[in-house]
Amino acid sequence: MTLDQVVVVGVSAAGLTAAETLRREGHGGRLVLVDGDPRPPYDRPPLSKQLLRGDWAEDKLALRPSSALEALDAEWRLGVPADHLDLGARHVRLADGAEVAFDGLVIATGVRARRLPFVSGSPGAHVLRTVEDALALRRELVPGAAVVVVGAGFLGTEAAAVAAQIGCHVTVIDPLDLPLQRQLGRRIGGRVAQLHRDHGVTLLCGRGVADVREKDGRTVGVVLDDGAEIVADVLLVAIGAEPVTDWLRGSGLLLDDGVQCDEFCQAAPGVVAAGDVASWLHPALGRLRLEHRMNATEQGMAAAKTLLGQRTPFAPVPYFWSDQYDVRIQVYGRPTADDFAAVEGSLDEGPFAAVQHDADGRVTAVAGWNMPRQLRALRQALVDQQPVSC
Amino acid sequence: MKIHIDEDKCVGGGQCVLAAPEVFDQRDDDGIVILLQDSPPSDLDAQVHEAALLCPALAIAVEG
Repeated sequence: MTLDQVVVVGVSAAGLTAAETLRREGHGGRLVLVDGDPRPPYDRPPLSKQLLRGDWAEDKLALRPSSALEALDAEWRLGVPADHLDLGARHVRLADGAEVAFDGLVIATGVRARRLPFVSGSPGAHVLRTVEDALALRRELVPGAAVVVVGAGFLGTEAAAVAAQIGCHVTVIDPLDLPLQRQLGRRIGGRVAQLHRDHGVTLLCGRGVADVREKDGRTVGVVLDDGAEIVADVLLVAIGAEPVTDWLRGSGLLLDDGVQCDEFCQAAPGVVAAGDVASWLHPALGRLRLEHRMNATEQGMAAAKTLLGQRTPFAPVPYFWSDQYDVRIQVYGRPTADDFAAVEGSLDEGPFAAVQHDADGRVTAVAGWNMPRQLRALRQALVDQQPVSC
Repeated sequence: MKIHIDEDKCVGGGQCVLAAPEVFDQRDDDGIVILLQDSPPSDLDAQVHEAALLCPALAIAVEG
């Protein structure tokens, strides 16, 4: 398929990878890269880890050296978000009114942090999605600060770990009984809870946040659903993210928890989506939308190839990891809230590798706790749909 | 071809070993990448480029 002009909207890991793949696979026409963020593309996993801890300077987040960005021979429209897609006229309208024509479009606008309606954004209240968010939070994570994290998912627990390591007094609040319970089940959730308690973090699980307290325009505390109040010099709301699809409303694309795509990551003829914003039909796992760093790369490649007519169903083995204190949790597959069973080591202490399986004993997800090599071997069992003995 | 790895960035995901097992391995304890050969023969070029592209931590740079 010959394309004269491809527009990529959202130039983070997925969009940038799609752009590179287009060039590598022979797209010689125009390439326009649009993003509301004025910065050159940067990597996000370190935002809640190395950058937040102060171990890395901001420049280490660059997704590519500037020479590689220049080599793309693209027209960059950074700092101007897209605000409308006209599928019939085949153009994207930008916030400054410019209309950018395309005959191939990559949608990679990612997600934005979900917020609590009663948290105003006054000083002291944070979300964590962009480099600005991370730098603003980092400035306030000082030893002795009372830090309240709402949400015990991956982002919340990673940030809590960093804050505890810095010497803050950290409280994590979540409506479920255990951290990461929804993601990794109760047994690993229990292990994560212990890890945080061992580092002095207070976990308030099974509790909700009903309100925030402000004084002189600054966040000073939160009110729990039972009326209890907790002091907070710093409040981080880490309750998940939502796909950035506002600009696609009324375009005719199907939007339902992201941009709905087929198994080739195609949303409409000549329109593909990749990364956190894309919901696609995985041939083996069904409809998925993954907010994983690995998926951004893989789906960026797949979506670009679809646009060029190299249609292969996108069927990755999902992978993600989380770093907390001296623990690296790694997961392959599509874990559920069911319990994992250990294959090596013990879920109760020390490193372990563990699996979830279906009713027939076939592995559906593998999780490791400081066991990277063993996990890679177990990944093969997952790929081969093999039973393993626990 | 010349390969550079950044251990500080590596997250031990093992994607490089899956892509190019003759070139990359992982340390036992923390899974950090081990470069088995930094100038592999050209028949491994495609695998090495794949490994660099897939690395979720951007820890692999390839020259040439």
